[in-house]
Amino acid sequence: MLSVIQFPGSNDDRDTRFALKSVLACDAELIWHKQGELPAGTSGVVIPGGFSYGDYLRCGAMARYSPVMAAVRRFADAGGPVLGICNGFQVLCESGLLPGALIRNHHLHFVCQRVHVRVEQALAPFTSRSRAGAVLRLPIKHGEGAYFASPELLGRLEAEGRVLLRYCDADGNVSPASNPNGSLGNVAGLLNQAGNVMGLMPHPEHAVEADFGGRDGRAILGSLVDAVTGGHS
Amino acid sequence: MNLVEPTVDLTLAREHGLTDEEYADILRILGRSPSFSELGIFSVMWAEHCSYKSSKKYLKTLPSSGDRVLHGPGENSGVVSIGDGLAAVFKIESHNHPSFIEPVQGAATGVGGILRDVFTMGARPIASLNSLRFGPLDDPLHRHLLRGVVEGIGGYGNSVGVATVGGEVSFHDCYRGNILVNAFSVGVVEEERIFLARAGGVGNPVMYVGSKTGRDGIHGASLLASAEFDDDSDAKRPTVQVGDPFTEKCLIEACLEVMQTDAVVGIQDMGAAGLTCSSFEMASNAGTGIELDLDRVPQRESGMTPYELLLSESQERMLLVAREGREDQVREIFARWDLDAVVVGRVSDDGRMRIRWQGQGVVDIPVDPVARSSPELDRPLREPADHLERHKLDLASLPPELAPEEALLELLGTPSLGSRAWVYQQYDQLVQANTLVGPGGDAALVRVKREDGSATPKALALSVDCNPRWCWLDPYTGAQAAVAEGARNVACTGARPLALSNCLNFGNPEKPEIMWEFAEATRGMGDAARALGTPVVSGNVSFYNETSGRAVYPTPTIAMVGLLEDHRRYAVAHFQREGAPIVLLGNCREELGGSEWLAQRRGIEAGHPPSVDLEHEARLADLLVAAVAEGCVSTAHDVADGGLAIALAECCMSGDTQIGARVELADSIRLEALLFGESTGRVLVSGDDLDTLLVLAEAHGIPARRIGETGGRRLVVAPGAGPAWIDVEVDELAKQWKRAIPARLEEDT
Repeated sequence: MLSVIQFPGSNDDRDTRFALKSVLACDAELIWHKQGELPAGTSGVVIPGGFSYGDYLRCGAMARYSPVMAAVRRFADAGGPVLGICNGFQVLCESGLLPGALIRNHHLHFVCQRVHVRVEQALAPFTSRSRAGAVLRLPIKHGEGAYFASPELLGRLEAEGRVLLRYCDADGNVSPASNPNGSLGNVAGLLNQAGNVMGLMPHPEHAVEADFGGRDGRAILGSLVDAVTGGHS
Repeated sequence: MNLVEPTVDLTLAREHGLTDEEYADILRILGRSPSFSELGIFSVMWAEHCSYKSSKKYLKTLPSSGDRVLHGPGENSGVVSIGDGLAAVFKIESHNHPSFIEPVQGAATGVGGILRDVFTMGARPIASLNSLRFGPLDDPLHRHLLRGVVEGIGGYGNSVGVATVGGEVSFHDCYRGNILVNAFSVGVVEEERIFLARAGGVGNPVMYVGSKTGRDGIHGASLLASAEFDDDSDAKRPTVQVGDPFTEKCLIEACLEVMQTDAVVGIQDMGAAGLTCSSFEMASNAGTGIELDLDRVPQRESGMTPYELLLSESQERMLLVAREGREDQVREIFARWDLDAVVVGRVSDDGRMRIRWQGQGVVDIPVDPVARSSPELDRPLREPADHLERHKLDLASLPPELAPEEALLELLGTPSLGSRAWVYQQYDQLVQANTLVGPGGDAALVRVKREDGSATPKALALSVDCNPRWCWLDPYTGAQAAVAEGARNVACTGARPLALSNCLNFGNPEKPEIMWEFAEATRGMGDAARALGTPVVSGNVSFYNETSGRAVYPTPTIAMVGLLEDHRRYAVAHFQREGAPIVLLGNCREELGGSEWLAQRRGIEAGHPPSVDLEHEARLADLLVAAVAEGCVSTAHDVADGGLAIALAECCMSGDTQIGARVELADSIRLEALLFGESTGRVLVSGDDLDTLLVLAEAHGIPARRIGETGGRRLVVAPGAGPAWIDVEVDELAKQWKRAIPARLEEDT
């Protein structure tokens, strides 16, 4: 079962459950942030988008202290897959489960639009359904999505092949013009060192049905579903 | 603490905006002089904003019932059945005055307020739209206001988790002194779980839930929203409330959760006039009374007087009447969301509002005379002296358009007709995963889910419309046109127009010319709503949109809601493939009065607005619903502002992929009217099954003719014979169109 964490102020929580459960037919439940333990059958965790605690301090800065995050950390340390989407990515960075930070978009506006991202590697548990070089069309919707890291850290992430998604144009070319928020290295999605924790700013849960933003999000969520159900890989 | 309050007399009553007659009424009702708190209560409840005293007479004439209408005006929102035990709950409301004074918070709290009007009825808000009107963007103040309002709407709506899926933005000199910010929201509820604002059941606890009360927004409804602006309006900034979308999000979830239990008897949001208005309305609706103890009201700051507690418009608060004995269950649910839920009083049986503060009675007045018997005025009307003058337009002496292609490019580059992407990309258009069609088309289309999260085949089509220039030229026709356009926009998706909500933005009603505009506009709206079978189920009136004697154009914004039974078939506003036939439904007439072309290219605002044929509009909507359901139309786009040439350009540009078109027009009317005239009742359609479409059109009595075909990279518009009038790369049109708003904002950065 996939546990979708629900903080006060989460707002893509129900959408994520809908995408996983109703569209991809994978067991998924909302888990209230005050719970100190994940349900026994948890085989993967998704931290959804939204504005946890209103994001009044710094995005994700309050949520990291919620009781459930200690359980998520134990789950991740034990090798369980954890996916953070948008605010979930921010929470993972604030929690130290992913390196670096997400700062204000360089143009200072919230931006909601569909963008292209290039899959840098096809890897279980998050991109096994895709292939390296594939271009996905996914929506972003955030005000603080510019990935930031020190030059040393960024160099290490690149060297270790941990940048999993990069903003690009429709043909897969990565350039400043295809960067919607000022992310360093056009980073859109990132892995931890062990490869079982991923954060991304685009919203795969809003791209799982043809008439509702297309189906490219299945490349990500479907991979996670495969990983936890032992489905086709 | 000793309560030291001003002595109430006629002078103080006048300072509270009450007339001498109203003050006499208060003395009669009470049989004594009111206390200071009581005076405050009367002044807000009887202020224009809450009492509708100038507009009531006309609002009563609007059609408000129908087979599908479950609750009409008088509730927090209108409720319309959409079948299978579900209902749509919706309303549009103004937040004009606060947004001018403080654009970010003014607009944000406008969104918050309209959301509460929806979820207080038990519905989960699923989508928002807005109608925004500013002065010209060459004015730095209005660039500031546009930025602030968009930031406020986005900041609140994005955070609260309700998608902003559409709206309108326009710019005109008449809004230089008063911008308009109208916010619409729609929610979905199971019919058997609709909640009303009723303080029923004597002895039941009255509970205060949500944010604590502070000193913000005191007299927002009376002093800010019910008076004109002048040079000192900045001093009113403290009357603007401050929004907290995070608390609102928690409040939505907690309220919807508690409403799934049977612990709640009635619930009402604390909006305009706060605790006062909500408690009076709830008691009045149930024919009961309420006893309140102000010391129990959660307070954000110390030393608040009863007057301040009663009139504060602090946001994100609700008043809830629970079943006796269920208080703990309510408290538990709200505590889970870290929200206050406090018993502040009881329902009583004597029809009186008794309010205590620190052991002293500060209010003791009968409920009904305050809530129901508020004054109804029959204000004098007078047709504006220059009204007939406005109609004068001599087409014969009007210089012809010699450069139609240049005109098209120029018009597309104006803020009035340019792309709105700069605005709507700052809004989360997707949250809740229901957005089939987002901003940028004729109407938005949102899927309906049940509260348990399961999807249904139904979708709601949503549109907000008004052409203020037409309403200024002729408020009766202009208001009819706004209703007709709303219905047409909704039908363009394939949805059947069901009902509407209105937001009536006008100047100072004490001026007979303004009241005449209001009377004419409501008459036109009523006639159109009846003819199209779309009752008016909710709305709001905003008067006093006037500064230093200059009023906005009459702006009766129409929010139309339609139902698409099966969202697997719907139409969008852009061309979808090459080689498809383009059909024009409706007729082009020689109408240029009030058009964008006339205003932009000739600098004239005059003439009669285009005529409106309501029977034609009703048949046109039927045709579109049938044609989309049949699957023979997949593109349908309303021909509106800027006329046929603009509509064609939009069909080419507004999809993900640009698609050109070649169109031939042989109408024998003058070229400007053909290309840029704004005759109503026209829709451009395209699809795969032309034959069926033409048969359906004939059966519905709608003129339909094939005018061209999609394909290529250029938009070509040509006469039957001879050189093309317009022959231009779609990409060049799109560049111009996309730059319209950003180019005017760049100079500040």
